[in-house]
Parts: sequence; C-alpha cells; structure tokens
Amino acid sequence: MAAFHIEEADRPHMVRLLIIWVILSAIGIVAVLQINYPPYDESIQGQDQASTLKLLTALATPVFIGVVMMILYSAIYFRRTTPELVDGPPMLGNTPIQIAWVTISAILVLFLAVVGIATLSSENVAQLVGAPGRSIGGGQTGSGTTGEENKEIHVQVIAQQWYFTYRYPDYGGVETTHLYLPVNHPVELHVTSLDVIHSFWAYQLGVKADANPGVDNIFHVTPQKTGGFQVRCSELCGLWHGHMVDSEGQVVSQSDFDTWIAQQQTDFETIAKAVPSYAPYYFPLPLTKGS
Amino acid sequence: MVVSERRLSLPNNPITGIVLAIPAYFFGVWLGTLFGLIDDQNTGVILGYLFATVAFLAGVGFLNYPLERLFGWRVTPISDPAENRGIGRFLRLSLDHKVIGLQYLVTILLMLLLGGIGAMLIRTSLLVPDASITPPGNYIPLIGLHSVMMIFITSAVIVGPFGNYLVPLMIGARRMAFPRLEALSFWVVPPAAVILAAATFWGGFPTGWTGYPPLSEQASQGMDSYIVGFTLIAVALVTSAVNMLATIIGLRAPGMTWTRLPMFVWGIFTTSILGLLAAPVLAAALVMLAMDRSLNTSFFLASNGGSNYLWENLFWFFGHPEVYIFILPAFGIIMEIVPHFARKPLWGYRTGVVGLFGVALLSWFVWQHHLFVSGIAPVLRPFYMLSTELISIPTGIIFLVTLGTLWRARVWFTVPMLFCLGFLFNFLIGGISGVFLSDVPTDVTLHGSYFSMAHFHYTIMGGEIFALMAAAYYWLPKMTGKMLSPTIGRVHFWTMFLAFNSTFFPLFIVGLLNMPRRVSTYDPALVGLNRWVTVSAYVLFGSMVLFAANLIYSWFFVSRPALANPWHARSLEWQVPTPVPARNFDRVPVIVAGPYDYGIPNARPVADLGGIVGVTGGG
Repeated sequence: MAAFHIEEADRPHMVRLLIIWVILSAIGIVAVLQINYPPYDESIQGQDQASTLKLLTALATPVFIGVVMMILYSAIYFRRTTPELVDGPPMLGNTPIQIAWVTISAILVLFLAVVGIATLSSENVAQLVGAPGRSIGGGQTGSGTTGEENKEIHVQVIAQQWYFTYRYPDYGGVETTHLYLPVNHPVELHVTSLDVIHSFWAYQLGVKADANPGVDNIFHVTPQKTGGFQVRCSELCGLWHGHMVDSEGQVVSQSDFDTWIAQQQTDFETIAKAVPSYAPYYFPLPLTKGS
Repeated sequence: MVVSERRLSLPNNPITGIVLAIPAYFFGVWLGTLFGLIDDQNTGVILGYLFATVAFLAGVGFLNYPLERLFGWRVTPISDPAENRGIGRFLRLSLDHKVIGLQYLVTILLMLLLGGIGAMLIRTSLLVPDASITPPGNYIPLIGLHSVMMIFITSAVIVGPFGNYLVPLMIGARRMAFPRLEALSFWVVPPAAVILAAATFWGGFPTGWTGYPPLSEQASQGMDSYIVGFTLIAVALVTSAVNMLATIIGLRAPGMTWTRLPMFVWGIFTTSILGLLAAPVLAAALVMLAMDRSLNTSFFLASNGGSNYLWENLFWFFGHPEVYIFILPAFGIIMEIVPHFARKPLWGYRTGVVGLFGVALLSWFVWQHHLFVSGIAPVLRPFYMLSTELISIPTGIIFLVTLGTLWRARVWFTVPMLFCLGFLFNFLIGGISGVFLSDVPTDVTLHGSYFSMAHFHYTIMGGEIFALMAAAYYWLPKMTGKMLSPTIGRVHFWTMFLAFNSTFFPLFIVGLLNMPRRVSTYDPALVGLNRWVTVSAYVLFGSMVLFAANLIYSWFFVSRPALANPWHARSLEWQVPTPVPARNFDRVPVIVAGPYDYGIPNARPVADLGGIVGVTGGG
C-alpha cells in the first residue's frame, strides 16, 4: 500500500527492531505463562481471576517489551555522536503510522473489554438460569436461584470494628465467628456493616466485597477445594484495621459442614434471645453518630 | 472623585499574617463552641482554621485592595517588579508571576521533604511485620498525613512553580491574566500545609486521603484539618485553573496561534480544564462532610437516611480527574523537552494535542472503577471497565509522539533527557498495571492491595515526579540564573531511577501475595520483600537529598551563571535574557514560527523580539 511507504533510511532499524521484538516477546510470553497466578484455584471465582490475570500479563508482555525496546534503541542508536549540535531529519509526522498505532491499541483495548464483559455477563447469565454460580458480584439484588440440587447457601457477613461475624439464614439465622463453607456448593454472600465501611476479603476464595452500613452487598463464590482461607478487612476502618484478620476460614466437605453447623446451632440457642433476628442489615442503637 | 488620604498602614508580610491568624483561630474556636450544635469542638476547630486562614491572607495584604476600593481610600500600589529586586520580594505578597513561581517552588519542595520523611517513617515501620516499631495509633495518622500532603504537593508541583513562571514567557505575555488571583492560589498553600500538619496535635485523622465516611465522621478533630486543608487546596486549584485558562486564551502574543503553542502550555491548558471542573465537586463534598460533623446533618450516614455511596461518588468524581491533573502537565513536559534534545520537530504535534484532550475528556467517565467491589450499580461495571481501558488509547498517543520524535534523532543526552526517558519507562509500567486494575475480575483480587498502591506510585512518582525533575534540570537555569551540576544530576538520575524501581516493583508482587494497603501488621512470610523495599526506599530518599544538595550547591556555593539559552533551544522562553527582565519582553514579541522547527531548512527564529538579540538554535 502506497500510504505505508517506508523510507530507505528507516528500513534497517525497523527490520532489526522487529526481529528482536518477536524473539524477546516470544520468550517473555512463554516465561510469564509459567507463573502460577494468585488467587490460585480454591474457588471457581478465584480460578477465573487467576486465568484473567494470566491473560492480561501475556498480552502486556509484548507491549512492554516493544516500548522499552524503542526507548533503549533510541538511546543507543539515535544518540548524537558528533561533539557539536546537529539537527535531526525534520520529520513532522506520518499519518498512516499514527492511524495504525491508534487502531492497534484500540483493537487491543476492545479485545480486553470484550473478554472482560464476556466473563462478567457469562457469570450473570449463569446466575439467572440457576447454573452453579460463577458470578463474582451481584450488587444489591438477590439471585433468585432455582433448582433444589444447586440451591445456594446464603451467608451473611457482618463487619464491625474490628471483626467479622457470619449468619446462616438457611440454618435459623445462626451466628458464628468463623466462616465455614461446604465444598462444591454455590454460596451467596450478603455483606453488610454495623458501623463504618469495611471490605470483606477472602483472598484464597477470590472474593472482595465492601461492607457498607445499611447496604446488602451481594457476591457469589463456589469453593471447589477443601482447605483453609484467610479473611481480612481491606478497607481502612480505623485503629485496629490491620488486626481485622481471621485465618480460620475453612472449606470443608458437605458432611463436615453439616456436623459443624449442627454444633453451631446448639451453641447458638443459648444466646439467640440476645441477638437480633436475622435481617438484610442492622442499625445498631443508638442511631446517632459517634464523635 | 475625591480620593481619601486614609490608608491601611499595617505592614503586609507573613509575620503580620501569623500574628493575626493566632487570635483569629482562638476567636473561631470560641465562636464555634458557643454555637456548635454537637457537644464537641468540631465546629470551633473548623471555624478557627477558616478564620485563621482569612486573617493570614489579610495580614499578607490580600484585603488591602478590596477594602481600599470599597471605602474610597487611596489604593496602595503593589511595588513595580522593576524596583523590587531584593531577596525580600520572595517573602512578601508579589504580583510578579516569576516571583510567585519561585515562591511556589521553595514552598512545595519543603512540603515534599515533609511528605518524604513521612514515607520513610512508614517504610521504617514496615521493617517488622508486627507493628512493634509503630503502633497502629501512630501508623494510621502517619499514612493519612503522608498521603494528603503528597496529594497537595502533586496537585501543584508542576502547575505552581513551572506553570506560573513559564506560561507567560512561553506565550509572549508580560504577566498572567489575573495577578491577584495568581498570588492567592499560592498564598493559600502554606496555610493548607500548616493546617494539615496541625492534625498531629489532635492525633491525626484515620481515613487516609479518601476520607470515607462514616469513619471520617467518627474521627476526632484531626479530621477537621483534612476538611479545611483540602478545601484550601481546592481553592488553589480553581483559582490557578481559571487564571491559566484566561491567560492562555487571552494573552497570547501576536502570531502565537494554537498550532504554535508549546506542548507544555497545552499540558497546563488541559489540566486547568480538569482542575476548574473537578475541584468544586471536592469542595462541595467537603462542605457536606463538615456539616455532617458540625451541624448534625446526615448526608453520609446510613443510620439517619444518608449514604456513604454519595461521598464515594462525589469524591472519586473529583478524585479520578485529579490524577490526570497530576499527569497532564507531566505529559506536556515530556513532549516539550524531548524535541529540544532530539533536535527534531515534534513527531505529530496535532496528534499529541488530541492525545492530551482525549485523556482529559475520558477522565470524566471512569470514576466508578474505584468502586468495583463497593456494591454500587453492578450493571455499570462493564461500562466503567471499557471507559477506563479506552484511556490507554490517548495515553498511547503520547508515547507514540515521543518515540516518533526520538526516531532517527541526534539525541543530546542531558540530565533532563535522562529523566524524560525514565518517565517513559516508569509510566509504561504504571499504565500497564492500570489495565490490570481496570478489569473487573482481576480488580477483585488487586483492589485495595499493595498492587494498586504500587500502580499509583508508578504513575505519580515514577511519572509526575520524574517529569518534575526533567523540568527542574531543564528550566531552573532560566528561573534562577544558575546551572545545576550535570555530574550530580547524572548520579541523581541513576540513583533515583534504580532505587525507584527497586522500591515499587516488588510491591506489585507483595500486593498479589495478599498484603492490603494501610496496615502496619502483615504476614511474616512477606518480611523479606518488605525489608528489601524499605532499604530501597531509603536509597530513593537519599537520591532526593542528592537533588536538594545539587540545588544548594549550585545556588549558594558554586557560581555557574546560566547562559540565556544553554540548551540552544528554539522556544520563546529561551530567547529572553537570563535573569529574565522584570517585564519579560521589551515589547510584545511577534511570533513567526513554531517552537520545534529543528532541521527544517530556512526555518525562521521563533519570534521577532524587537531589539533583544536572542540565541536561536536550529536553522
């Protein structure tokens, strides 16, 4: 194409750059694909995030290598060699190259956006038809999941300064101090707060959801491996924010979960009268602000 | 008209300002305690800070002119810059844009020292994983002070010193459009810094720079420092922005067409549009927060019918354009300096301007990417993901224009050029990591972790501060009349570049490995990485000390007077003598060519200066 006429003087530089770029990018992509990306694979959602992270890193590698090469190449080959000041060739711009650059970056960006939106919407569609929850975030509306087989377990996460507690409305609103989840069972998390904004972060499960007072923030998770996980607050919430950590979260088998929840229900009966009955969110009394 | 002979006879200087501010503060506290609706001191402290600021400004001399006009007294002329050459002019109210630029420079460098010491204390605390060096009661106020101080600095560090000094010189004007407004935009900064630092006396504030309620309503009186200090910075942003826009639109010399405007001026122009529109939103949100804390309103309290989402939306509607307020002048600096040392015309001038405007426009449509996990409007998440990723297109244009300018150039490797290349490398990493955060699924893991902290330090420190250093080595010879030592400069660059990357790159990994921001206790498994980062941070601080040493060494110990045009640059600011004459130009220059026409046969000098024989490079 005539528009893409490349000047004679540019050709050796371009060929050299292209060859180095292809080689280094190939090495770079192979290298970054070897990494095991967090948050690993304890839940379906975490696995999705890890694979997206892998895809983004693989795409970013050639871009990063290309631009860094251009910088280094200019620094090495386009350095002034004469002691006195000389002007370079008066190149004012090249419209086809600029259009090509913008087009390529637009394609990359739109590809990323399409992948991201597809991931999100497949999760939402899966949720609407009641498939095992792949959704990462439902916001403030419930799922309306159907089907007895994969009925989601509802867990309410209550954050307050400076710890989390959990209520299981499907089991009589029992409140516990550690989060136990059965493996291979979709869970609908309802995150709320009693005072300031917190953020419920279960790193290994790939869940992070802000806990806002007066808001029922809904996220979904489906653990697929048994094991422990850590819960911590990831939104600055005051003095002991850094200590708002609980490393005793557990993903357990269904039978272990049933045993555990029965035990919790027995324990809970003694204090049930002192605890408010289950609600989407709570306003602790008094209703005035602290200061 | 009879002009009264009466006049204000108060000596106008900062000392008078401080003397007036102290009683004004206590008067405000007393008044607030008298009328405060809640039984605490918030009302008093807020009023005290406001009264003290107004009294300080009055003492500096801002009320003279309006009062004199109001009562028909004789108007005291602010002394003509030509008759006012002593060092004292930097310590008083001055309407000379060159004096204001240098006042800004020194003030902001001192603030930078404070913010930097804060960063060193934070890193020292993180040498151990268990908060035994700094208990949370000290650590959380410390990060609050560091973050807000740095936000103050980065909002103004390029526009303040370099924008005020250089924009009139670059467009061929003798002054800014509104000199009093320009002076005001500087003189509110010292009170803002003092008020912010005063939070320490109340135990600091616990919220970091985001100030999320209800935590900020629960906080002690330290929070009032955040509210008033930040409001003053919003005032500085708006006054500076409106002034820059009026100056660039209205005071360009004949022949300074829009296509001959230097790229640095374009950077200031676009950033001023953002500042003018974004800062009022912040001010409004801060007033609402102040009312919640003092008048018992409930804008942000869910328990009384408000919503913390309102604050989050207002804050980030300001907060995201704010980060482009930081970076657009930096883009301008890079595209300005690179052609002069590549000795080539800017490769795609119009494309570069489109890039700047593209970033400025898109920055209004992305703010909810800070709120992907907050629970706000899940259906909008794909939109904000797309709009955020789209910003990489105009940002890519900035890279394209710069790299195209370097292509087959005759690069002169000066210290400013080194910092420009360092900027490109750092901002590339900052930009790419931004794409990771813009993607909703990965953001769930990365949000609020050290990954995002490393990301914005790469863009702000690796980007804006590296551009600032390029600007300092490039323009300070014109502004101060002294060359900075290039040898120290090179050592400074390499130390800063290596230490910066060695400090912040590991923090991406720390973030991926589950370390949240703003905690003084962390997983003991990460102690090795954190210690490495802390040692690198010390070296980084050392490199900044090296910069300060270079300034002091060049200014006070070695007299290396700068030539009028040490870089043999074509652009207009280098064609005036050094030191710059009081009125900049003997007569209004007539611009006859673009600033970057290097290597173009028979290119004319950039301007007809009428009498002053400048040095014109190129040709």
